Amino acid sequence: MERRRAAQDLLPHLILWGGIAIVAFPIYMTFVASSLTQEDILAGMPLLPGPHLVANYREALFRGVVATSGISVLRMLWNSLVMALIIAVGKIFISLLSAYAVVFFRFPLRMTVFWMIFVTLMLPVEVRIVPTYQVVAELGMIDSMAGLTIPLIASATATLLFRQFFLTIPDELVEAAKIDGAGPLRFLVDTVVPLSRTNLAALFVILFIYGWNQFLWPLLITNSPKMTTIVIGLTQMIGLGEGRTDWDIVMATTLLAMLPPALIVLLMQRWFVKGLVESEK
Amino acid sequence: MGEVTLRAVRKSYGATEVVHGVSCDIADGELVVIVGPSGCGKSTLLRMVAGLEEITAGEILIGGKVVNAVEPKDRDIAMVFQNYALYPHMTVRDNMAYGLKIRRLARAEVEARVRRAAGILQIEALLDRKPRQLSGGQRQRVAMGRAIVRDPQVFLFDEPLSNLDAQLRVQMRVEIRRLQQSLGTTSIYVTHDQVEAMTLADRLIVMRGGVAEQIGPPLLLYERPATVFVAAFIGSPAMNLLPAVASEDAVVLAGGARLPLPADRAGLAADRPVTLGIRPEHLVAGDGPATIEVRVELAEMLGADTILHGRLGDGSLLQARLPGAERAQPGERMRLAVDPRQLHVFDRESGKRI
Repeated sequence: MERRRAAQDLLPHLILWGGIAIVAFPIYMTFVASSLTQEDILAGMPLLPGPHLVANYREALFRGVVATSGISVLRMLWNSLVMALIIAVGKIFISLLSAYAVVFFRFPLRMTVFWMIFVTLMLPVEVRIVPTYQVVAELGMIDSMAGLTIPLIASATATLLFRQFFLTIPDELVEAAKIDGAGPLRFLVDTVVPLSRTNLAALFVILFIYGWNQFLWPLLITNSPKMTTIVIGLTQMIGLGEGRTDWDIVMATTLLAMLPPALIVLLMQRWFVKGLVESEK
Repeated sequence: MGEVTLRAVRKSYGATEVVHGVSCDIADGELVVIVGPSGCGKSTLLRMVAGLEEITAGEILIGGKVVNAVEPKDRDIAMVFQNYALYPHMTVRDNMAYGLKIRRLARAEVEARVRRAAGILQIEALLDRKPRQLSGGQRQRVAMGRAIVRDPQVFLFDEPLSNLDAQLRVQMRVEIRRLQQSLGTTSIYVTHDQVEAMTLADRLIVMRGGVAEQIGPPLLLYERPATVFVAAFIGSPAMNLLPAVASEDAVVLAGGARLPLPADRAGLAADRPVTLGIRPEHLVAGDGPATIEVRVELAEMLGADTILHGRLGDGSLLQARLPGAERAQPGERMRLAVDPRQLHVFDRESGKRI
């Protein structure tokens, strides 16, 4: 019996390990490349890490390269982090409030408002990029963190999700709070937000990564090297045409760029697993 | 102090009126049960008292003050909901204390009140648990605790026992009654269960289609139901309602049986169509001044009682609750007698008691 179970377990394990290998191999190769010199890489990639790991990362983090006008990767990481955090927190804040209004309040044109929010889902940044650019330019927000983040915050992504979740909160709970004397804001803070914490964690992860990976909008809106985000910086490092590309530094930067989203996922995963285990009702 | 007065209270949703003017005076410390089938407007009425529904017309007074325009939190009421409506992310202690914290009571006072309520309800050991770690009965207690700590003028119960199993329901029913009597707080209790209503109430409001059919003490409603609906709703097994025609001093059933009325009830217009009501427990085997013959269809032997299902000559059904010692075989003919004073006569058209 025991042996049969072991044999049955083998195949799923093989498939899983195969999957992991396929996903992890390019990341491993990036890691290997980031520990070599430019010459080693161009001479043909070995499969084992070399001795230049620390030197490459130090150079990427603190010195920067010619292609990025000498802006260090550390600075780019910081820009990206601030941008992604503002976008994620801003989107959650706006969506939470708008979904709360749409679900728990009765006001004229309530459903019209909801559908207007909903329709913006169908207009991603790329579609409305020209008018948005003009608005931001006329407001004088080009090349500022506000110009970078505000247009990306104003969208409906999370409103719909929050609305669906709020609809599952029983009416009796709302009424109990009314009788207890909790006003609308108090109910939001004391009851709705704590009950939504699993949704908040999941959305934060998704929106942070969404913000972190933004490319087109930052490319348009930022001009000065000081505002460069990591994703933009990375593409600048890869020289086009006759430009020289320091592949060792590029690879180190790539891994550094992956690190914050990966950390966010790891940290938040513990949160929403906890939330799922403790799920209410 | 905690009187509640309803004055011709009406509720409409758009053009549809669901409560058609209910009036009632509830004395301080009284427990009034609103009972009726689903959709009769009983919950709507309670929610209007709570302030969760707007009052379309009429007035509601709590403690002598008109509260039509007063927010629920300022009405000095506490409500126990059908699904308990406990805050799932708060401990039992926080659930009970929440309303007091919002009212900015001193921390020590809040703790003392929670302790006292927990003591009364015997849930001290549960104070640090979350609602999901509690059984249905325990949640029910916490929900009541949340009402008690507020020390309100009026308790409102919205079918609080309907999510519990039968045994627990009986136990909690007794407890609610005992608690209400010891606290002496005016209470309005909504249920669709007539047994619950009968056992709990000082007074009953029987509702049907948005109208209060009859308001009165449970036994009065049992003995002198004002309408056919109340007669059928109160009592189990339900009252037998038979089509009949009144003559001067008797009623004649469709099947031909003639049942004399007591002297003080005689004098009905002859040939008036009526509905005759006979409670199953008022029928006895044998002959008497008023006797009906039935053909036995089924006898349910319950030990203490035998519920007899019989059919009259004209095919209408009759149930009788006889002592457990009575034996009857299906197909057998049987004579059942009833004391004429226990006959209920209702007008066939209006359903009103005559």
